[in-house]
Amino acid sequence: MESIISQALIGVSYGLLLFMLAAGLTLIFSMMGVLNFAHASFYMLGAYVAYQISTWVGFWAALVLAPLVLFAFGAFVERWGLRRVHKWGHVPELLFTFGLSYIVVELVQVIWGRAAVPYRVPAELDGPVGWLQSFNVIFPQYRMFMMAVAIAMLVAIWLVLTRTRIGLVIQAALAHPQQVEALGHNVPRVFMLVFGGGSALAGLAGVVGGNAFVTEPAMAGTVGAIVFVVIVVGGMGSLAGAFVAALLIGLLESFGKVSDWSVATGLNALGAGVGPGTPGYEVLKLTLSQVAPVLPYLLLVLILIIRPKGLLGTRED
Amino acid sequence: MNRRFALRWVNALIIGAAGCLFATGALAQAKGGTAKAASAPAATVQTIKIAYIDPLSGPFAGVGSNLLKHFQFAVDAINAQQLAGPGVKFEMVSFDNKASPQETLTVLKQVIDQGIRFVVQGQGSGAALALIDAIEKHNERNPAQSILFLNYAAVDPDLTNSKCSFWHFRFDANTDMKMEALTTYIKDRPEVKNVFLINQNYSHGQQVARVAKDLLAKKRPDIKIVGEDLHPLGQVRDFAPYIAKMRAANADTVITGNWGPDLALLLRAARDAGLNANFYTYYAGVIGTPTAVGPAGENRMRQVAYWHPNIAGYPGEKQYTEFKKKFNEEWYALATHTSLTMLADAMRRTGSTDPLKVAYAMEGAKMASLHGDIEMRAADHQLLQPLWISSWTKVGGQNKHDVEKTGYTWKTEVAFPTFVASQPTSCNMKRPARPQ
Repeated sequence: MESIISQALIGVSYGLLLFMLAAGLTLIFSMMGVLNFAHASFYMLGAYVAYQISTWVGFWAALVLAPLVLFAFGAFVERWGLRRVHKWGHVPELLFTFGLSYIVVELVQVIWGRAAVPYRVPAELDGPVGWLQSFNVIFPQYRMFMMAVAIAMLVAIWLVLTRTRIGLVIQAALAHPQQVEALGHNVPRVFMLVFGGGSALAGLAGVVGGNAFVTEPAMAGTVGAIVFVVIVVGGMGSLAGAFVAALLIGLLESFGKVSDWSVATGLNALGAGVGPGTPGYEVLKLTLSQVAPVLPYLLLVLILIIRPKGLLGTRED
Repeated sequence: MNRRFALRWVNALIIGAAGCLFATGALAQAKGGTAKAASAPAATVQTIKIAYIDPLSGPFAGVGSNLLKHFQFAVDAINAQQLAGPGVKFEMVSFDNKASPQETLTVLKQVIDQGIRFVVQGQGSGAALALIDAIEKHNERNPAQSILFLNYAAVDPDLTNSKCSFWHFRFDANTDMKMEALTTYIKDRPEVKNVFLINQNYSHGQQVARVAKDLLAKKRPDIKIVGEDLHPLGQVRDFAPYIAKMRAANADTVITGNWGPDLALLLRAARDAGLNANFYTYYAGVIGTPTAVGPAGENRMRQVAYWHPNIAGYPGEKQYTEFKKKFNEEWYALATHTSLTMLADAMRRTGSTDPLKVAYAMEGAKMASLHGDIEMRAADHQLLQPLWISSWTKVGGQNKHDVEKTGYTWKTEVAFPTFVASQPTSCNMKRPARPQ
């Protein structure tokens, strides 16, 4: 039982980190129609910037400052790069962000080197959560903190989008940009804010994810693909969908990774008597943990076949 | 100044410069000629390029660039002392294989195209298996351009058994040898009851798991294997689920052949989750891992290796401290030193840099290295050398070298003389004709 609780907590905390990443990506996509290939690189950049700031003024300052730096960086990219490409349509935009992702990774390698940097969890959050220990569950405090940051972020985005004036303008600009512009709003500036905001969210995920795992140039590549899975499974442009899909994939990872269950054990439990002599035993005996790395992509393919708009998506195109 | 005038000036400059170059060239030639006539051909410097094929990007980039520095360091020492014979200089040329066997074969083509005849590789037995195969084929087809492969760290036993090759020499102890030492040590430790095996899912990790199970069943049949996992190489960022599984399985001992970030992250996740188990590792001394563990590994973390900085008598202390001063990183891969020193020695003895002659000279070669007497076994090209099991302990007394500024270091638990760890081989080697 304790083991199930800890696996579930590990899965949820990982899922929430994925959500932080996917939220920015899906937000940018739903507002601007741009699939930002450089998003995972912004995540990595966030971790490196946070590491740098934390060596100067500590982790807590980095938690606030690094997303702001990423916001400025994202806004800059939109204003001086993406906006110029925008008039040529979506494919050039896509290619632009694709190229940008490589540039960011190379830039990081030039500045901080190819090896991992020693970005550490702050001492205040090192160690297991006290009250969970009484249930014989040992769970790092920092992961609890990560979950809290993700939830706070979710609430904040939701409040901004639904309860503030700028949120309403953003939503309106998404559906009817010409009309909103005719009403006197500066739509390009709204887009710049959205792109900057999405980058800041990726940066925030980098700040908390970089020291929970490892801060290295390869960190963009390892999450990049999985984040796309999250937003496609959740439904392109759907924040709630991204939330559900991220948790689903987080749990799939944590339980799938360590499960010794295979088709063979399942059949044997039903009394099928599968053994090394059975045809196809090599495939049947593959444990869930061995195929775990493929599961998210299998889910992606299945969702695209069965429900192309994603779990909670609304777009039919 | 009009344009034509400027052009004329440029022309004059070019002609002048060319004239100067020609004059100095002729002068140099004249000098060389007289030097040659006067003394032996020893005055010519022959540069032997050595290709380093290992990951310099991706998750293992940190380890790869650190080990490249190890080689650079060894090359500098060898060149300074002229160990490869008078006028023979080594030069490292690095190639990034991204830790992938396919990529390794691609860069091997570049190595061949550049006419490089000596290759060092070590990080990943998958890449080593690809290399041994490709080099064997290449040498068979192009005997005049044959390539010699010095493997300093890939430990899959197959490389010196079923897949053994005349062109391959291994300078690390293989998994059979290391696990023999490790299980001999575990045999006398009654606290080891429930063992969990976690390894990277490729040839090396699979071999570690297999050999560990075989030898434990022989030496300590009472030990239970409570769990076994193989995870993708260099892909896992979150080891917490595995640690939770170890806890649920009541593991008191974890045996792992993981290296680089796969070990550092595993041990860090174990520390974060407060897992109460001892870790028996191959590579806890490799860059980054000591920092990731820190005090949490005290008396919990052990490693089996051919060296550690606090061996009684401090062999290699000079290299260790010099390297640390120069690069501010740990020096732990003694095999970088042994491999190039043995290569240089073979070149000096034969007075040749032909890979075939050098390979024959290395077979059965004996040397005193920085950790004791070593021998390159002729039958399978596996280096025979002593092994140590060491544990992670506070710096103090005899154990004086602070590792990665953690305040901790390695303490000898047991020293295994060369013969204990030696294992029989099933290698049936095809040899090219011996040169005259």
